[in-house]
Amino acid sequence: MSVLIENVRIIDPADDYDAVGALCVQGAEILARGQIPDGFEPRRRIDGSGLWVFPGLIDLSARMREPGEEHKATIASETLAAARGGITSVVIPPDTDPPIDSPAEIELIARRARQACGVRVYTLGALTQRLEGQQLAEMAALQQAGARGVSNAHKPLASLLVLRRALEYATTFGLTIVLPAQDLSLTGSGCMHEGAVSTRLGLSGIPEAAETAALGAILALVEQTGARVHVARLSTRRGAEMIAKARAEGLPITADVAAHQLFLTEVDVAEYDPNGHVIPPLRAQRDRDGLRAAVARGEISAICSDHQPHEADAKLGPFAGTEPGISALETLLPLTLRLVEDGLLSLGEALARVTSGPAEILDFEQGRLGAGARADFVLYDPTALQEMRKQDWLSTGRNSPFFGWTFTGQVRETWVAGRPAWTQPTEGNTE
Amino acid sequence: MSDTVDTPVLAGATRLPEPGPLPNHLQLTDDGQLRHLLTIEGLNRDLLNEILDTAESFANMNEKAVKKVPLLRGKTIVNLFFEASTRTRTTFELAAKRLSADVLNINISTSSAVKGESLLDTLRNLEAMNVDMFVVRHEESGTAHFIARHVAPGISVLNAGDGRHAHPTQALLDMFTIRRHKGDFTKLKVAIVGDILHSRVARSQIHALNILQTGEVRVVAPCSLLPANVDQLGVHVYNDLDAGLKDVDVIIMLRLQRERMEHAHLPSEHEYYQLFGLTSRRLQLAHPTCLVMHPGPANRGVEIESAVADGPHSVILQQVTYGISVRQAVMSMVMGAHQS
Repeated sequence: MSVLIENVRIIDPADDYDAVGALCVQGAEILARGQIPDGFEPRRRIDGSGLWVFPGLIDLSARMREPGEEHKATIASETLAAARGGITSVVIPPDTDPPIDSPAEIELIARRARQACGVRVYTLGALTQRLEGQQLAEMAALQQAGARGVSNAHKPLASLLVLRRALEYATTFGLTIVLPAQDLSLTGSGCMHEGAVSTRLGLSGIPEAAETAALGAILALVEQTGARVHVARLSTRRGAEMIAKARAEGLPITADVAAHQLFLTEVDVAEYDPNGHVIPPLRAQRDRDGLRAAVARGEISAICSDHQPHEADAKLGPFAGTEPGISALETLLPLTLRLVEDGLLSLGEALARVTSGPAEILDFEQGRLGAGARADFVLYDPTALQEMRKQDWLSTGRNSPFFGWTFTGQVRETWVAGRPAWTQPTEGNTE
Repeated sequence: MSDTVDTPVLAGATRLPEPGPLPNHLQLTDDGQLRHLLTIEGLNRDLLNEILDTAESFANMNEKAVKKVPLLRGKTIVNLFFEASTRTRTTFELAAKRLSADVLNINISTSSAVKGESLLDTLRNLEAMNVDMFVVRHEESGTAHFIARHVAPGISVLNAGDGRHAHPTQALLDMFTIRRHKGDFTKLKVAIVGDILHSRVARSQIHALNILQTGEVRVVAPCSLLPANVDQLGVHVYNDLDAGLKDVDVIIMLRLQRERMEHAHLPSEHEYYQLFGLTSRRLQLAHPTCLVMHPGPANRGVEIESAVADGPHSVILQQVTYGISVRQAVMSMVMGAHQS
């Protein structure tokens, strides 16, 4: 299908492009950006006056709960929620049930994704067999089946020696290793940030050192092996500073942060709100500010949703006994753009953190809108108001602390490979 | 590209509040009466004094031959204990019976919870029996808040201890004991000694002492038994018992909660007793009229010497007695708030 979007503001952070013009789509690719090529005869024309178009978001961490936990969510339900949130590519960590430690699981997920709305679904393969932390997984086979990187999710490794061997082996195939920085022995039974609030609430705390100690070990091994490591979901200011220093020294290391870490703090756990139960935990305000500063400087080059949908019962109980995680696909874009309103980032910089930034980390072709790029994009109305309401959610996980928040701007249409994956219902449009 | 930002600008960002007391809308009615008792934190001085004054009237009554009054006749109170307890459960039961309430003791170890029923389902079933009050003890912090948030209107929840969080009636009976012996809190130095990290009692005592404007509140423990940022609760921290006991008017000893200790907190009970055990010799460092308190059960020879636990300074058994009066006061007040 050929499509012409006219008079639209095109924002493409991959090459600092920001101008009003035309976006021409031919089949699954962008034909031209800005000017309409001679002889282009679109089958569909869209008047983009007053609208923005930018690359579809790439989310580096979104759990779809399939296979294994379909009572929480499915690939079909969550990809639709992703599309509504302007996300066109999602990356699933390997801790499904069974875990993604063989080509069979990758193929199963790919099959289910093909039956869904069209949002691109990628997988991380397991670093160790069954994620048990002992024997290395067959990473080459996982890569050939489509794994974009390898990770052990939040499961512990038997020793730093296993991690060293895993980094060395993954490097053989140029695989990026995705590691959360969390020392599980220091985490213990902790369920929130260790500090004044955890002391007051009587909840077991997770110290800052659970992140920084793990990060110290990771950095030492990156230096030793030269492996390309992506640190997933930083939560502390000190952790962000360690990443910045390592990058300045030339280590091949990148990092992301979950969008909610840039807005919420330990205070949001007050009154034992289970929607504030996440791992890594919501930290202190100085951590939130430190993470924001690192995102602003580009030392943290990606913002992810860390989407973890749950059924209602998973969050119904005393705080420590509830399951951690926030349903976040539909708030990734609004929160990221809120950073622009907060004066922290320019519009292009904010969009870069959810498009070209994550694309670079896992070598995705998408995340840009130049001629020849994949036609994954978002048509966005910057003036529409949207209130986050539970009943509007497309994700089956309704575990969000952001219900009741109002955002300026709304996704009008989300396109993947030159086809609409989601369109805002007409009654919701402001025009 | 639109304007870029060289340095992070946070001025425009929403400033988050500093950690403060929990909002009280859950446990107080709109006119400030006690609807539930979940935590001491955030209650005001007048309300604490009102509870202690009410407890005083019950204490006088409990010393008489006929100890029963019909204040809660026709009411049903459920003791919902998910964690073992003898002393607390018994005093709650006795308090309820002396107010003429009907009391159900639910033994969770033999209940539906072990058959997989959720906490909320257990609660709903009991609610369906038209009960008026739950007295809840649970190993998870925040359970009393969770239950209070989900019970039907008209049912009160009293926290009889949740995880490491709060044990408000214990703190109130401690305050009652101190007030009976010492009167004005503003001139007192109080030391809480021992396993602060795992103690819900200590947290509630600290809040209560601060609300009552106690002259100085100290906590004394090795660093491995102190929670993070404990000084932000409004206490002076001591790691040396001798220094911590100097001139204090009240010593509250805490039990070492070995069942809650996941990892290495202490090398041995022997060394702990050497450094943090309250002995007759150490007691001499305190004010000559110092009270010795313990929420029980006490480990003799681990945190306290028998001669001190049974000695003239000890008010440990009085604490138990006063516990009944304080619980009667709280029960009658929350029921009164509902009736009003």
